[in-house]
Amino acid sequence: MLRYLLPLGLFFCLVIIFIYGLQHDPRQIPSPFIDKPAPAFKLSTLHAANIDVQLDDLKGKVSLLNVWASWCVACRTEHPLLVAMAKDNPVNLYGLNYKDTREDAIDWLKQLGNPYIESAFDQTGKTGIDYGVYGVPETFVIDKEGIIRYKHIGPLNKQDIDNIILPMINQLASPTS
Amino acid sequence: MIPELGHFTLILALAMAIIQTIFPLAGAANGNQAWMALARPVARLQFLFISIAFGVLIYSFLSNDFSVAYVAQNSNSLLPAIYRLSAVWGAHEGSLLLWALILSLWTTAVTFYSKRLPVFFLARVIAVMGSVSVGFLLFMLLTSNPFERLLPIPADGSDLNPLLQDPGLIIHPPMLYMGYVGFSVAFGFAIAALLGGNLDSSWARWSRPWTLLAWMFLTIGIALGSWWAYYELGWGGWWFWDPVENASFMPWLIGTALIHSFAATEKRDVFKNWTILLAICAFALSLLGTFLVRSGVLTSVHAFATDPERGIFILILLGFFVGGSLLLYALRAPSTIKGGQFKLFSRETLLLFNSILFLVAMLTVLLGTLYPLIAEALGMGKLSVGAPYFNAVFIPVMAPVALLIGIGAIVKWKQDDYKRVARQLRFLLLASVVIGVVLSVTFFDNHLVRTCAGIVAALWVTFTSIAALLARLKHRQNKLIALQTIPRGFYGMTIAHIGFAVTIIGITITSQHSVDLHERMAPGDKVEFADYQFSLEELRPTTGPNFKATEAVVKVEKNGVYVTDLHSQKRIYTVRNMPMTEAGIDSSLMRDIYISLGEPLDGEAWSIRLYHKPFVRWIWLGAIFMALGGLLAATDRRYRLKVEKNNAALVEETAASLKP
Amino acid sequence: MTPRKKRIAIVCSILAGMAIAAALILTAFEKNLLYFYSPTQIVNGEAPTTRSFRIGGLVMNDSVKRNKDTLDVSFVLTDTINQIEVVYNGILPDLFREGQGIVANGKLQENKIFKADEVLAKHDENYMPPEVAQALEEAGADIPHQQYSTAQ
Repeated sequence: MLRYLLPLGLFFCLVIIFIYGLQHDPRQIPSPFIDKPAPAFKLSTLHAANIDVQLDDLKGKVSLLNVWASWCVACRTEHPLLVAMAKDNPVNLYGLNYKDTREDAIDWLKQLGNPYIESAFDQTGKTGIDYGVYGVPETFVIDKEGIIRYKHIGPLNKQDIDNIILPMINQLASPTS
Repeated sequence: MIPELGHFTLILALAMAIIQTIFPLAGAANGNQAWMALARPVARLQFLFISIAFGVLIYSFLSNDFSVAYVAQNSNSLLPAIYRLSAVWGAHEGSLLLWALILSLWTTAVTFYSKRLPVFFLARVIAVMGSVSVGFLLFMLLTSNPFERLLPIPADGSDLNPLLQDPGLIIHPPMLYMGYVGFSVAFGFAIAALLGGNLDSSWARWSRPWTLLAWMFLTIGIALGSWWAYYELGWGGWWFWDPVENASFMPWLIGTALIHSFAATEKRDVFKNWTILLAICAFALSLLGTFLVRSGVLTSVHAFATDPERGIFILILLGFFVGGSLLLYALRAPSTIKGGQFKLFSRETLLLFNSILFLVAMLTVLLGTLYPLIAEALGMGKLSVGAPYFNAVFIPVMAPVALLIGIGAIVKWKQDDYKRVARQLRFLLLASVVIGVVLSVTFFDNHLVRTCAGIVAALWVTFTSIAALLARLKHRQNKLIALQTIPRGFYGMTIAHIGFAVTIIGITITSQHSVDLHERMAPGDKVEFADYQFSLEELRPTTGPNFKATEAVVKVEKNGVYVTDLHSQKRIYTVRNMPMTEAGIDSSLMRDIYISLGEPLDGEAWSIRLYHKPFVRWIWLGAIFMALGGLLAATDRRYRLKVEKNNAALVEETAASLKP
Repeated sequence: MTPRKKRIAIVCSILAGMAIAAALILTAFEKNLLYFYSPTQIVNGEAPTTRSFRIGGLVMNDSVKRNKDTLDVSFVLTDTINQIEVVYNGILPDLFREGQGIVANGKLQENKIFKADEVLAKHDENYMPPEVAQALEEAGADIPHQQYSTAQ
């Protein structure tokens, strides 16, 4: 009987390796950015090349920094949720427009709505690199002191916003925390 | 509304698949004829519904319906129509739909071509295949719906990955999937036999042609993939031991072991344990391939889109089907499998060794593919296993295969006299070695040992295959009639083995004697390379439907005689702003000349790669022979006739086995 | 031969075959595994100088320098903390760009310059090799900001 069970045993060893592999997916590594000061940046705003936006503008309130681009299809699915969230909640939402052109990005916002207080224009992707961006969209929750508290890779969905992002903002905004 | 129709028919197909799984299985368990009779029509309906869904997706692509997210992500209004068609299976969702379509196609084929199978057996086969379909349709509907809408509708799509915009990629995935998924038939037959307890040589005879067909498609699919990589990736390699390639190669190795093991089980009623495990393993590796490619646990140059959540789903499917079938095997095999008898020196033994070698070869590939994952799990740091490992391990494992093919073709079933065989093979061995050495020394002046080994192995396989054919004609009066009476299966085997020899020649000579040169060239420059003179005639800008390009025209001469003009392009696909190299290739049976544009340097100059690759076509030519051999063997007359003859006996047998 | 002896013979030959295969695999592994090191690990002296390995990182802006007459090229790879200079002779892949994540195979020379035999960039525009992503994330804790020069 035992030798007939051998193939099954071997197979389960393999499955264990796969389960491990899935848990340690390269995209799922906990970000070492969490609880670290957000990398400073100073970029021109998307709408005006002569006006700057920088990390200090985000400080003082709990902010969201959303990395987006007009060439990114996943951003398109995420965007209406951001628009709705910005409309219904007083969130300090900034955008980081990543490796894009001004023209395309402005058109995109005209078409889909602009939920951002301001979008920083990161044409070279330099700031994106500082933030360890390797897939667009990504969203960072940054607290009043400019510390990164949470990072979401990929498009946000409704559950993410209602169950993670908004509660986290409320908690960080309350004076006790 | 059209995409919703596709979504809706997919749900209907899922409903059919559930019925197709439950009723025939329950019917076979309690002898309910009506329930078992459901298997055929429901399987065909399922195929119809999935075909409609597939047609809808094709329509969405052809009509540029960018409200469908999948279309928007993988197509563009400027994309030529033919690539809009191949874009249907260019990414995750669509390739899953293709998977499901092909599975239902194979199931439907079984319903048509197995009319003479016992009712109980057929019901179980269809049910098992239905259960696989349930898994994949659920997977698609829950995690990867190709008909998901995108609102607001984008003005245009983000285009198909330029690497996939190529004629080779239109038929490569369907062929590969026909092969992969085709092993589900052998799997279905194996599980049905375990469930019914009728594991005998007729089971092997029913499964064998299906397995041969699947193997044939897989062979073509892998060869197409290799050919595509050769000309499309722009650096002249034809096999990279990349995880995605390995994922399709492992089922092929086990499929090869399986078709050989089936031969022994069918003819001599032996190795049933072994054959059934190989059948499960071949299908398991197909699922594993899907898992590896789709989950992102491994990194690969081909991994275009991966998602760990989907990986979990496929892992659950894998665990259910493979774990379940191995458990069933452990429970049923001890009581149902009884082996036949054979002597140590017989064709059976050689076939067993053959399938062990293929299994070992598969395990080395599997280990190399998964090792980075294992090493990380054990905390050994990040590492990768490169092509040198695979070459170092795989070739020594495959070398005895060539030797065994030669002996196996001559040795008789059941028992043979090794003195007789030695007498017969002595001369052939001598001839292979002598001719091989002479050829290598005459035509090549470096890497002689390896070249010689490869050529000798190929000659040995060829000579012994022909000798086995001649042996069949030896005592016959009329050789022509004798030729006609030899079964197709035998011809199939001979051609496939010779194809293997052709591939050995191609791989040996290409890998030992290819030369390449990276050169800086400006228009008017001339370079001498591999006995040819290359001159860069001009560099000109050009445009395609969805790309801009720089095209180089290179004139090739040999000893001052014009050979050809080669055109290589460096394209920039505008939508994704992604560069691509289009190689210029002049191919012939004996050599390919291959150029590809590198990058612009200062002034007018570009870097250009030049390759001379002798015998590279033989690699794929051999694969065509192998596939042809598989086709011949699969269509052997005896599969149709014997089934008919033995049918009455089989029905009784099956009925008897059902009694508790 | 009795069935028992035959069985033993077959089992023995299978075991022998497996043993040979295992030996082959182990020796091949020993020689051909490519470990991955990030620029920071190399600067800290963790990487070997005796054998080949993989390095990954982002190509620094303005760091790619080509020799005018040959195909020699050099560039600087960074994980945003430390940099390693890489030299290569040959043609870079299509998707090699400044700011892009790449992986290179080769050897570290005495002068701490990495001599690449092969440079790989993945076939997807927005794809970053996971090794590079991880190296960046590990390095990400403390990013000295001025190290980049902006190419405009």
